[in-house]
Amino acid sequence: MPPAVLIQNLQKRYGSVEAVKDVSLQVEPGEIFGLLGPNGAGKTTTLRILCTLSTPDAGRVELSGISVVDNPRGARQRLGYVAQEVAPDKVLTGRELLQLQAALYHLPKAKAKERINQVISLLNLEEWADKRTGTYSGGLRKRLDLAAGLLHAPDVLILDEPTVGLDIESRFIVWDFLRQLRAAGTTVLITSHYLEEIDALADRVAIIDRGLVIAAGTPSQLKDKVGGDRVTLRIREFSPIEEAEKAKNLLQSLPFVQEVIVNSAQGNSLNLVVTPQNDALITIQQSITSAGLPTFGIAQSRPSLDDVYLAATGRTLMDAELAAVGSRDPKAERKQNMK
Amino acid sequence: MSGTVTPPKANIMQPEALKLNVVDNPPSVLSQLTQETLALTRRLFIQLQRRPSTLVAGIIQPVMWLFLFGALFQNAPQGLFGNSHTYGQFLSAGVIVFTAFGGALNAGLPVMFDREFGFLNRLLVAPLASRFSIVLASALFIVSQSLLQAAVIVVAAAFLGAGLPNIAGLGAIALIVFLLALGVTALSLGLAFTLPGHIELIAVIFVTNLPLLFASTALAPLSFMPQWLQVVASLNPLSYAIEPIRYLYLHQDWGLNSLVMQAPWGDITFGGAMLILLGFNVVALLSIQPLLRRSLA
Repeated sequence: MPPAVLIQNLQKRYGSVEAVKDVSLQVEPGEIFGLLGPNGAGKTTTLRILCTLSTPDAGRVELSGISVVDNPRGARQRLGYVAQEVAPDKVLTGRELLQLQAALYHLPKAKAKERINQVISLLNLEEWADKRTGTYSGGLRKRLDLAAGLLHAPDVLILDEPTVGLDIESRFIVWDFLRQLRAAGTTVLITSHYLEEIDALADRVAIIDRGLVIAAGTPSQLKDKVGGDRVTLRIREFSPIEEAEKAKNLLQSLPFVQEVIVNSAQGNSLNLVVTPQNDALITIQQSITSAGLPTFGIAQSRPSLDDVYLAATGRTLMDAELAAVGSRDPKAERKQNMK
Repeated sequence: MSGTVTPPKANIMQPEALKLNVVDNPPSVLSQLTQETLALTRRLFIQLQRRPSTLVAGIIQPVMWLFLFGALFQNAPQGLFGNSHTYGQFLSAGVIVFTAFGGALNAGLPVMFDREFGFLNRLLVAPLASRFSIVLASALFIVSQSLLQAAVIVVAAAFLGAGLPNIAGLGAIALIVFLLALGVTALSLGLAFTLPGHIELIAVIFVTNLPLLFASTALAPLSFMPQWLQVVASLNPLSYAIEPIRYLYLHQDWGLNSLVMQAPWGDITFGGAMLILLGFNVVALLSIQPLLRRSLA
C-alpha cells in the first residue's frame, strides 16, 4: 500500500520569495498527520501543491501513489480539501452546495442523494441543510465544508487550519469529528499554527519553519528529543525581581536543574528545565523555603511542541508568529491564492 | 452561535458510511462534462431566482431606453433615420443589441467574485472532466438571460409602435443575440481570469460599455456620422448585430442577400453580417484559450 501522501524535496518560489525550500514528508494511510508552523512557514503552499491548485518547482508529490503533477485529475478524485477560508455560496442552501459538489465529483444522482444525506447526518446538519449558507455561523460553515470535503469519500482529507476563527465549542466538535474519521480509517492531513491542536490530534507531526521541515515524528518523540521536564515556579503572584534572581541563583546550584529563566512576562515567575525525577518539585520547594521565600505556585510538565520549536529555531512559535505578521505581503499572497 | 452547535453523535460514524462503492460502469467523459456543466449552470439560475434584482434592472433599463430615448427624438422629421417610420422603430434594434452586449460584458463578474472569495478553488480541486465547463456554464446562463431580455424588449417595442418582425425574423434576432452574447461573454470571462480583481474588471466594463454604444449604429445611422466615426462604427461588432435586426424590423421579406449596411469599404449583406459575427466569436473564443489554459490548467 503506497503512502497516503508522499512529498519529497518539494520546492516552490513565488518571485523572490522561497515559500517552500525543501519539504519532505510521508503520511501513512489511516493516520492524522499534523503540519505545524507559524504563519508564512510554507504550510499552505505545500497544501495547495498537494491539492493541485499550484504546481511545484521541483520535487515529488504523490497522493496514494499518484503524482499530482502527472495525473492531477486522478489525485483530485482521491483528495478532499477543506480550505482555510470557507467560501460557500451564500445564496445556496447547504444541500444545494452539496448537490453541486456531488455533480462536480460525478456521483450518479441516486448515489449523490444518499451520500448527501449521509454526510448531513454525519455532521449533524439536518436542521440547517435546507437553509441558505449565508445564515450559517462560522462553526456551521466549517461543518458544511467538512461535509463537502467528505462527500466523495476521499482517501485523504486535507484541512488547512481547520479551526482558525472558530469558537472553543466548535473547535472541539471539529477535533472530535476528525478523531472519528481516523477511527473509520480516513487519512487526515491538517495544518495548524495552534500547538494544542496538533498535540491533541496528530499521530505524527512535521514542524515547518521558513520553508523547511525542522522536526518530524510523533509529538511524544519530539518532546523526548528536546529532553527535560518543565517546571514553573511562582514565588509570589507577582514576585519582585530581586527575589526572583535570588531564587534563580539558588536553584541553579541544584544538580538536576539544567536551566533557569526569569519570565518577566509572567510576574517574574521562574521557568526551569530539569532532568526528570520524582522528587524534583519537593526538592525545589524545600530549597526555596529554606532561603526564607514563600511558594505561590509550582507545576511540572513535559516539554510542549513549542519547546520543540524553540529548541529547533531559537525562537518561540509566538515570536515567529509576530515576526511573520510583520513581514508578510497580504496583497501578494491574496493574488497567489486567487489564481 | 454556541447554542447552535451540538457534538456529532459518535455512534453514527460507521466505517462503511465513509466508503463509496465504486460505480459499476464509470460515466463517459461527455456525460461527466454535461453533469458538471448543468450543475454549475443550475447554481447560476438559483442565484438569479433568489437575487433577481440584476435581471429586473436589466429589463427595466432597456425599456426605459426605448421609451425615453425614443421620445427624445419623437418629432424628428419622417425619413430622417433611413426608412424607419419613427425613431422608436429605429432604436429598437440598437436597444436589443446593446442590452445583450451589456449583460454579456458583465458575465465575468460572478467568476471574478468566485475567484476572490475562494469559491473557484472548490471547483479547481474537483476532478472536472474539463474546466471549460466553468466557462460553458457562464455562457449558457448569460445567453439565456440575454434571450429573455431580448424577448421582453421586442414585446415592449411592439407596444411602443415599432412593429413586430415575422416568426423567421424573430428566430434570426435570437440567433444574432446568441452570437453576440456568446462572443462578448467569452471576452469578459477571459478578463475575469486575467485582471487582478473585480475593481479592475468593473473599470474595464465601465470604459468599454458606452463608447462601444456610441461608436455603433445603435443610436444613429452611419450616414449621420463623420467619416472617421463611420470607420470606427464599421469595425464595431455591435453594428453587425444591430443592422440585420434593424432590417428585420423594416422588411417582412428578407434574405441572406439583403443589403443591411453600407460600410465605408463596401456593402454588407445579411449573411455577411452573420459571418462577421461568427468570425467575432471564433476570434473571441480563440483569444481567451491561452488565458483560460494558464488560469485553469
